[in-house]
Amino acid sequence: MAASDTIGGTPRQRATDYLLRRHRFRMAEALPWLIAIAVFFIFPTRMTFGSQVLVMVMFALSLDLILGYAGIVTLGHAAFFGVGAYTVGLAAARLDWTEPISGLFAAAIAAGLVGFVTGWFLLRYRGLTLLMLTLATAILLQETGNLRSDISGGYDGLPGLTFKPLLGVFDYDLYGHTNYLYALTVLAIIFFFVRRIVYSPFGQALTGIRENVRRMHAIGSPVHRRLVTVYTIAAAIAGVAGALFTQTNAYVTLTVFDFDNSAKVMVMLILGGTGRLYGAFVGAAVYMVLEDYFSKLSPTFWQFGIGLMLVLAVLFTPRGILGLFERIGDYLAERKRS
Amino acid sequence: MPQVANIAVSILFDGLAYAMFLFITSVGLSVTMGLMGFVNLAHGAFAMAGGYVVVTLTRTYGVGFVPSLVIAAVVVGAVSVVFERVLYRRLYKSTDLEQVLLTIGLAFMAIATATYLYGPIPKSVPLPEWLQGDVNLGFRYFPSYRAFLIVLGAVLIAVLWYAFERTNIGAKIRAAVDNRRMAESVGINVDRLFTLTFAVGSGLAALGGGLAIQLLGLSPSFAVLYLVLFLIVVAVGGLGSLKGTLLAALVLGIFDTGGKYLLADAGGFFVYAVTVVVLLIKPAGFYGRE
Amino acid sequence: MAALQVEKLNRTFGALPVTRDVDLTLERGARCALIGPNGAGKTTLVNLITGVLKPHSGRVLLNGEDITASSQADRARRGLARTFQINQLFRGLTVLENLCMTVGERDGHCNNLWRSSGSKREVIDEAIGYLDSLRLTDDALKLVRELPYGRQRLVEIAIALAQKPRVLLLDEPAAGVPSSESHLILDVVAALDPDIAVLIIEHDMDVVFRFAKEITVLVQGAVFTQGTPAEIMSNEQVRAVYLGQEGHRGGHHG
Repeated sequence: MAASDTIGGTPRQRATDYLLRRHRFRMAEALPWLIAIAVFFIFPTRMTFGSQVLVMVMFALSLDLILGYAGIVTLGHAAFFGVGAYTVGLAAARLDWTEPISGLFAAAIAAGLVGFVTGWFLLRYRGLTLLMLTLATAILLQETGNLRSDISGGYDGLPGLTFKPLLGVFDYDLYGHTNYLYALTVLAIIFFFVRRIVYSPFGQALTGIRENVRRMHAIGSPVHRRLVTVYTIAAAIAGVAGALFTQTNAYVTLTVFDFDNSAKVMVMLILGGTGRLYGAFVGAAVYMVLEDYFSKLSPTFWQFGIGLMLVLAVLFTPRGILGLFERIGDYLAERKRS
Repeated sequence: MPQVANIAVSILFDGLAYAMFLFITSVGLSVTMGLMGFVNLAHGAFAMAGGYVVVTLTRTYGVGFVPSLVIAAVVVGAVSVVFERVLYRRLYKSTDLEQVLLTIGLAFMAIATATYLYGPIPKSVPLPEWLQGDVNLGFRYFPSYRAFLIVLGAVLIAVLWYAFERTNIGAKIRAAVDNRRMAESVGINVDRLFTLTFAVGSGLAALGGGLAIQLLGLSPSFAVLYLVLFLIVVAVGGLGSLKGTLLAALVLGIFDTGGKYLLADAGGFFVYAVTVVVLLIKPAGFYGRE
Repeated sequence: MAALQVEKLNRTFGALPVTRDVDLTLERGARCALIGPNGAGKTTLVNLITGVLKPHSGRVLLNGEDITASSQADRARRGLARTFQINQLFRGLTVLENLCMTVGERDGHCNNLWRSSGSKREVIDEAIGYLDSLRLTDDALKLVRELPYGRQRLVEIAIALAQKPRVLLLDEPAAGVPSSESHLILDVVAALDPDIAVLIIEHDMDVVFRFAKEITVLVQGAVFTQGTPAEIMSNEQVRAVYLGQEGHRGGHHG
């Protein structure tokens, strides 16, 4: 049995085995989690930054569902991050609702609702129309917040938020240790969900939409329903990421809705590699660490570098860092064989 | 003049001037996107580059404002051809995503370069005397600069309209926007047309960037900040349509100006609300092909 | 009751009428060919029947039910399948995934977000069954885009079969395939389940006359004439507008 997927077996058996086993956990998948845990012990003073990385991983992961799997390009994913961030922020600042975990659920529901409603209207369109409508959605939310700055705090934001201890037990420390473990736990749970979705028949149908939407229509797939479903899920996850952002930073401003934020998460995902689950991890981590280092050196230089990286990525490594590794791996395997 | 009418005239006048700026800057983007379906997020960077060329020429070399505008348009138009030949060309058949990423990357690099050369602080230009102060139009005084913008816009619209509707090249462009494959099969060289319109469009964007210094202020972030507006004008107007771009520029220019006059806090709310409404009703824009 | 019935279908592009008062009936198990010169509107007719385009007037009935207002996907789920003149495949996925996706969408498995797609053994077995019948099993784990065009053409047909259609529209199934390989594809077409009603668009008159029991000739968007192969072959007008012009009634496959 075990040998069939390596050497033996008829083509039929091999094909069957491939699909039967594809979704199983591989050892290499433990690596990013082990690294995340190791970071906790090696860099105990950088936990606030670490939490931010984890939040961005989650944000990029949510975009991967739409962009990497379903192949829908949007320029307004920050809308959902922002809705989540403000759900928690406003609840804490205006309603004194400071219990963190129920806050995450509220953020997921609020962002998911916004995703469902906007997605239902927008996902009929493609190309420039869709790009513009998603972009306009994020900016409209931002402008609405600015209109009612008496509630939202405008661009000054909602500073100095405090939240109840986690599960009523774990209080927040100066170094952000609690926050880091909290963010890591939430990320692990979200990741588990996303992984199930990606390997489900529904997830396969998403890749079908990405690869050839005309064919999907022709085989009877309810494409719009599939897209609205995944858009809603991705929006909810982005909302959770936004909520964690507010909770771990203890403040939020309207800049979360910025086009920059939508562009940044897309750059991270592209950098890591789209449609491959762990691209979000690699991309967000690499981007954040580089940004942290270079933007202290010179923000101008950093911006130039990001631009250059994007141009080079499009021209030479369309499948991101992970894709690059795969190609190197393929090349080495090829050489070994010959 | 009664107060209400006075405000209405101001909104119309300022809105018109703003619309002319939007039209001049966006029209090239609309035609190139209509021709190749290329999503060019670096268009704002060409406009910004034009602005900085004008700043350098007027401030460092003492060239007059109007000659500087012309030089900026020519220089940026010529440089844009290099980008088109070397980079854009490779991605005509690629996905939206790759085009978005490449051109965002270029925009970032442009912003960083501008910050490095000119610093992050907004720049201004010395204007000739006849563009300063107000001009009397019989019943009221208006800012001369905005009057200049409106006149210049009207002249450019006339020229572009003539080029588009009455010349041989214009007919070819319209045919290629309408049906690229058909145009190629009757022997129109769409690639070369594209390079030409790309150069003219980028040159006009540079002109717009030069004009924007006085109107909106010029800092490196101009490249992305106003890009969104240009894209909206293109999307709302309909790809590749001169008429549509003009109509969209007018509607958005006047709505934005009116919104800011009447409800200062609303910021860009009106522009985006109008955009969403128009695109939901007419997804291909006013004059786009469905 | 006819498997597929098209009544007085009309469609224009701008001012240009591309489909004019077309009537067409496919009985259960029909073997019908649609021929006509280039630009006669054959593919447009397929697009109207499958719902890619909406007709401006007329009706389309599938097993007696009016589907004129239905979406493409809805028609597909009711048993109307097609192949495309130019391949429309999931090029970045494996051949097996192309088939599993089709079976999954057909049976509604793709509504499931939680179960892994490999856990339904019967879906995989059925998908491989279709590959077996077209001798594609050896390529099951290759990406579609890695296959030569002729093999991709077979995947196109395999997908249509995996939809378990009642009515199958084949838009030039052998188009773009070198003639040395096209007989493979045409053998598959000849061996289709006799219960499925098939409409084939094909330029090769050899194939048309061998395969079809009825032939519809479309000229400038309208039905020029309909009849048995013998009737069509002996129709002087058809020869004038179509066969004569194509000039290879004897065929070159021989």
